[in-house]
Amino acid sequence: MNLKLKVWRQKDRNSEGRLVDITANSIPPEASFLEMLDIVNDELTRKGDEPIAFDHDCREGICGTCSLSINGIPHGPSETTTCQLYMRKFSDGDTIYIEPFRAKAFPVIRDLCVDRMAFERIQQAGGFITARAGSAQDGNAILVPKQNADLAMEAAACIGCGACVGACPNGSAMLFVGAKVTHLAELPQGQPERQRRVLSMVAQMDKEGFGNCSNYYECEAVCPAEIPATVIAKLNREYAVAGAKDTVGVE
Amino acid sequence: MNSCCTFLRSSIGKKLLVAITGVILIAFVIGHLLGNLQFFAGPHVINEYGTKLRHLPFGGLWVVRIGMIAAVLLHIFTTLMLVKENRAAKGAGYQFKASVQAKVATRLMALSGIILLSYIVFHLLHFTTHTINSDYAHWMDGEDHDVYRMIVAGFSNKAVAIFYIVAMVLLAMHLSHGAASLFQTLGLRTKKMACRLGLCAQIFAWVICAGYVSIPVAVLTGFYDKKHIGNAETPSCCEAPATKGAK
Repeated sequence: MNLKLKVWRQKDRNSEGRLVDITANSIPPEASFLEMLDIVNDELTRKGDEPIAFDHDCREGICGTCSLSINGIPHGPSETTTCQLYMRKFSDGDTIYIEPFRAKAFPVIRDLCVDRMAFERIQQAGGFITARAGSAQDGNAILVPKQNADLAMEAAACIGCGACVGACPNGSAMLFVGAKVTHLAELPQGQPERQRRVLSMVAQMDKEGFGNCSNYYECEAVCPAEIPATVIAKLNREYAVAGAKDTVGVE
Repeated sequence: MNSCCTFLRSSIGKKLLVAITGVILIAFVIGHLLGNLQFFAGPHVINEYGTKLRHLPFGGLWVVRIGMIAAVLLHIFTTLMLVKENRAAKGAGYQFKASVQAKVATRLMALSGIILLSYIVFHLLHFTTHTINSDYAHWMDGEDHDVYRMIVAGFSNKAVAIFYIVAMVLLAMHLSHGAASLFQTLGLRTKKMACRLGLCAQIFAWVICAGYVSIPVAVLTGFYDKKHIGNAETPSCCEAPATKGAK
């Protein structure tokens, strides 16, 4: 199939970017979206042009590296990552807009690559547990009710790709932070730092310049890991309780 | 105190403020509707109710008025702060605009809110301070202020009635998003509730709208106590259509 691409090209984070028209010819329908970009890049390189820079790694839908917004929707028109999106979803002659994830906290580094280190800094602020290394006890010694284990597992499926931020009209990271907070708050191992964790992670999230959720639920619609927006309700509850306890000085 | 300020200045703290003031405003909307619906019980019932409200113990009416103004101002001020942050956080946005599942009512929250605010100001000038028609203040039904006649006269003006109905439709849209959202913001939305919450909020919002709209519709269709309106003293500048059908 032949496609008309409108691709965001930007030299570096300080340069102005713009949409550039590029044609993609003879694309097999069984190619993934990233393979389509590989084919386009081969052609650009042959012609002596700069190839399109885009993020990718495992190409199995599990690492969360690939990004891109396709026709204004992060990861495009299917509930998967961009690497798991196949060209059969498109038709011959289609015009496809390819842009980087848009949010002030995710500055564009080059073309379709954005800097998602803000997520790492939020994780470093509290998305962990403190455990003594080298003396792990028997896993079965800590009993976790099935219901909590399921909720924690569901939230832990977050691959941190940032599609939630890209889809949110407010550039909010609350689905990501909600998933991380829910994951650990549901497990016994997460209890000692539960209060401090949510306060620190939300403070870092605000500091990074992410927006505020206004319940559009666009994030859960595009999330390739199917994280439900109820994790944001859980985040709000955890924060309200932790904030109230912190105000009156209860640990 | 420092922790409290940090909490209220945070993204979630501000969202909680909007949700809590929203709960107060929803409680008022329900209470006000129940009061208004006494219009259908006849002139004396609603006029007596008006007098009771004016003579609530410990200046209750003023406590409610000041409380409501504070809630409205806090709701708007906090929302404006959030909107400003959100605009900055999104930056330039996409060249190709798309949306997957956001509802129209959700996207129009700011617009419905602004029009509702202008309506509230008009409504207060019209029926509370009587600035728009100062005659209303002198209409009496025995010992009571003639609220019934004021409502009929007010809604006999088609422009006022249409503005009221449009505002109530926007209120329904605002509530259909807000009533569901507050559960999410207060941390009460669970997966079990998620699918039904939106529908319940829609039903709640449109029932409230239907209740409010029923009054101007009743006046415009002549479904009111014409005898009461006919017996009332003719004011110096009455809104004539109200007395047309009187026998």
